[in-house]
This record gives sequence, C-alpha cells and structure tokens, in this order.
Amino acid sequence: MSAKSTAHSVVEASSGGKWLAGGLVVVYALVTMIPLVWIFLTGFKSPPDSISYPPKVFFEPSMEGYVNLFTTRTRQTSEYIESLGPPETWYDEIVRKRNMVIAGPSKFADRYLNSIVIGFGSTFLAVFLGTLAAYGFSRFKVPLKDDLLFFILSTRMMPPIAVAIPIYLMYRTLGLSDTALGMILLYTAVNISLAVWLLKGFIDEIPREYEEAAVVDGYSRLQAFWKVVLPQARTGIAATAIFCLIFAWNEYAFVLLLTSGEAQTAPPYIPLIIGEGGLDWPAVAAGTTLFLLPIVFFTVVLRNQLLRGITFGAVRK
Amino acid sequence: MTDSPINGVAEQVARGTPQPLATRFRGLSDRAIAWIFISPTIVLLLAINIFPLIWTVYLSFTNYRANRPGRPIEWVGTRNYERLLGSEDIWGYLQATAHFVCWTMALQVLLGLGLALLINRNFKGAGFWTTVILIPMMLSPAVVGVFWTYLYQPQTGIFSYILNLFGDFGPIDMIGSVGLAPWSIIIVDTWMWTPYIMLLCLAGLRSIPEYLYEAAEIDRANALQKFWHITLPRVLPFLMLAVLFRGIENFKMFDMVVELTSGGPGSTTELASINLKREAFESWRTGYSSAFAVILFVTVFGLGNIYVKALNRVKQ
Repeated sequence: MSAKSTAHSVVEASSGGKWLAGGLVVVYALVTMIPLVWIFLTGFKSPPDSISYPPKVFFEPSMEGYVNLFTTRTRQTSEYIESLGPPETWYDEIVRKRNMVIAGPSKFADRYLNSIVIGFGSTFLAVFLGTLAAYGFSRFKVPLKDDLLFFILSTRMMPPIAVAIPIYLMYRTLGLSDTALGMILLYTAVNISLAVWLLKGFIDEIPREYEEAAVVDGYSRLQAFWKVVLPQARTGIAATAIFCLIFAWNEYAFVLLLTSGEAQTAPPYIPLIIGEGGLDWPAVAAGTTLFLLPIVFFTVVLRNQLLRGITFGAVRK
Repeated sequence: MTDSPINGVAEQVARGTPQPLATRFRGLSDRAIAWIFISPTIVLLLAINIFPLIWTVYLSFTNYRANRPGRPIEWVGTRNYERLLGSEDIWGYLQATAHFVCWTMALQVLLGLGLALLINRNFKGAGFWTTVILIPMMLSPAVVGVFWTYLYQPQTGIFSYILNLFGDFGPIDMIGSVGLAPWSIIIVDTWMWTPYIMLLCLAGLRSIPEYLYEAAEIDRANALQKFWHITLPRVLPFLMLAVLFRGIENFKMFDMVVELTSGGPGSTTELASINLKREAFESWRTGYSSAFAVILFVTVFGLGNIYVKALNRVKQ
C-alpha cells in the first residue's frame, strides 16, 4: 500500500494513478456494502430460504418476513384454518400457508414509534438548550468558562453502563423508569455536551459585528439573537441536530437497562423476534432494514452537513 | 478557540460604547441573558451526569444491592476495590478489552489512512463512493451486532461462504470458537468505524498546502520522502485525534459486542463494560459494580489525558 499511497504529485495525480485509486476505493466500498445488501435481501426471503445451504443469492421474493415482523401468529390445525373460509387479505394468505393464523399486531410498530418520539424529542431539546448555552459561552463573559466547557465535554468519557446504575436508581425513585420523558431527558443530557461544543464553534464563526449593528439599529440582545444569529447558524444547527438524532436513534445500552415495555425503542426489540426454532431471520432482517433505512437516507441526503460536523467537531477538540 | 482579531476589536468597540443604558431599558441585561441561556444546560448535566457520578462513587464504598431496596446500606470502606484488584477475572476482562482496542485501532488506522490517501487523488466519483463508505458508521451498533450474527452463521452465513470461495476452510464458526470470537468483534468494529478514521485523515490531507509539495519537488524529494516528511507529520495530529475518540469509545464498547457474542464463548469476548452490566444488572452487586465503574472511568480518564499530552507534543 505504501508505494501507491506515497505517490503524491505536485499537480494532479496521473490519470493511471487515478484509475487505480478509484478502482481500489470502489472495491472497498462494494465489499463493505455486501452485509447491508445481504440483510436487505434476507428481508424478502422465506424462512427456509434464509437458512438454506449454500446461501441463496437468487430466490423467490416473499413478504413473509415483513408480515411476521408486524404480527403475532398462532399455529392452528388445518381443519380449523379450512373452516375459516378463504383468506381475506394477502397477508392472511401468506400466514395460512404455514398453518398459522394472525393473532394480532406485534409490538414492532409501537417500538418504532417510541424511537421516533424519543429521537426527535431529545434532539429538539438538546439542540434548543445547546444553542442557548453555546450562544452564552460564545458571546458573554462567563466565569470559569473554560472549566465549564471542559466539564461539559468530559461527561462523554463515562461508560454508559457506569452511569446507568445510579440513573436506574434515580429514575426508580422519581418514577421516570420506562417513560418516554425519562429517556428524552437522558438522551438530551448525553447529547447536549456534543451539541454545545459543536454549536459554540459554529456561532464563534459568525462575526459579532452583525449583532452589534442590529443592537445599534434598536434591537434588543434577544431580538438580535433571534433575528441575526439564529438564521446565520442554521446549517450548524442542522448538522448538530443530525448527530443528536443519530445518537438517540441508535442508542441501546440505556434503553436496555432503563426501559422494559412502554418506552422501549426498536433496537432491543429486533433481536427478540423469535420464529420457529430460533430467530426468525427474515423478520429480523425486515426490522433491521426498516430501522436502518432512515439513517442511510439521511447519510446520503445530508452528507455535506454530516461531513462538516464530523471533521469540525473533532478538529476543534 | 480564542477570539479572532476582528472579534477582539469588535469587543473593544462594544465595550467602549455606552450600551448598558440602552439594554437596561430594553429588557434583560447581558449578564442575565448569559445565565438564563447557560443554566438549563448546566442543571441538566448536574442532574443526569454529575450527580449520578458522585452517587456511583458513594455506592462503591457500600454493599448496596439494587434488587433489595429495603436492606440497610452498610459502609464497607475499600473492600470492593480490594476485591476487584485482587480478582484474576477482572484482569481477564481488561485484557480482552485491551486486545479489542489495540487491534481495532491498528486495523482501522491502516485501512482508514490508506483509503484517505486514495480518495485524496480526486478521481471521478470520489464524492459518491466516499458517501457509500460512510454508511456503516451511521448505523446502530446493537442492530449491526444482531445482523452480523446472521452473517457469521457457520453453515448458512454469507461470511463463511465467501471465505470458502477463496479456499477450502469448511464452515467457519466465528462466534462459537474460542480462537475466532475475539476476531469476530474486531472485524465488525473495523467494518463499522474505518470510515471515521478515513474522514479525519482526509480532513488532515486537505489541510496540507500545495506549496509544501512544490518546494519538495524543487528539492528533488522522492515520493517516499514527501510522504514521510510532509504528508505524515501533517496528518498525524488528525489521525491521533481520531484514534483518541475511537479508542475511548471502544474501551467503553458494549452494544455491538453484547448483541454479537454477548461475551462468549466462555468469557473470551467479555469486555469490561459487558462484565460491568452482568455484575450490576444480573448479579445485582451494585456496590461492587460501582467500584468497577469508578476504576474504568479513572482508567479512561487517565489514559486519555496521557494520550492528549502526547498529541500536543506531536502538534508542536
């Protein structure tokens, strides 16, 4: 690798060098995509196809995984199923082929909804409070400013499990265990350190003269903040929000330990989708696909903001 | 981090103008705004980060058990710490963690730096392929752990199948075998996080001014010399920073590994955080596990600070 990578020419790389570099990067990208493509395909396999040997690349697509993901089913005798008459819907038809009857909806939709509520709720709070604090740190003389900023940042060094023990006890006492509010507050607290840090950097970049000019024009500080600073900080706020949302969406340790039913998000639910004789892999793959899809979508659509946030946040630290 | 010269001037100008009179009548003073803006964040962090941390330290000196709330809490002094440091198992978990952190960092630095150097050649479509490469690092580690257990299935999984296209290995049981399990988690973490190292290296590469290479060209430096004397020193601070962040994260690693191997087989992949969770939420030894948490926190903090010192030396 060193021989190839060291050839850094003064001007542009030679066209042969570019082809080689491009080729290697494309090969790497394609290899890293294999797991994701495979999971996406598995979502459309029937359970026997999903555990066939050798693994099947070509198969007859089936919606069984998605049906199993969203329903609970009970096994019935074929006489009973025949007595029900012809299946009314396409998903009834899929289920009855396996001598099953749909008993009701599964909890996946609820868990997914929890992910959305907790994800967006905590992102909104973290960005809202973070913007205010970042503006305060950026523009005003705050006593012990550097210490406070370091303290805010160092809270990210703690292993989640270490903090989870006392938070578990605290939430039990306050009645916040297994509530969406508890999880929103917790994720806000975890995210806010990064939010303040990133947003302070973005706000530092906005020249103070704009606000001073607005104040001279008769705006109050708050109005200047609202009408001058916020619009300027928009892309920075967007970048920060994406990071907070991704963290809250992906988080697992806290939600595993602090929730049991009501407020649980999707990640702890997915590995519990049991079929006959082990995990129901097509349903697991379907749930995985539905859960990861929004993030993949975000990554592709908002890549510029993401890139800015990642490098900016790290380099400033 | 410090104010730019322009801001400094603006500040002086602002201080020179008789502003307090104007703002006093138009609502809140700057001082009040500063505190109103900052205090909610501080309160939240105190309540959900600092207070629990102090509580953990307190619990680590007691024999409290969270599943028996009625039992009186007894102060046991440093007994939990003595037990922890004297236990051989703990060293095993820390060793597994160190093995995981060292190998993931080494592999990701090699791959990430290599990829960054390749992408920096600005071939056609580099932006698109960079985005594709980024996708794994955005995903939920726990869910990644779940679906890799499927990919790692020895008989029916695609991982074993693909490797067998290159040679006759037979079914490869990545998760179930003692020798391979530590590598199964290293592979998944490298798959996920190489893009992060790559991104920061890329930021470093893009910060190198072109004239350095032009000067090197005039001095007839060869490609290796240019890499060694220009590229590497300039990228190193970025690379070390990336390793710091990922190193801390991997030291705390829990979600991906717990879903993938849940510490097994035996305790070959039982990382520190996984054992902590077992002690705290399965054995309910709250006091003992709090002491372990404190030791882990101090270790991360100490190693982090030593590393930052080294980083600052490199930057100079």
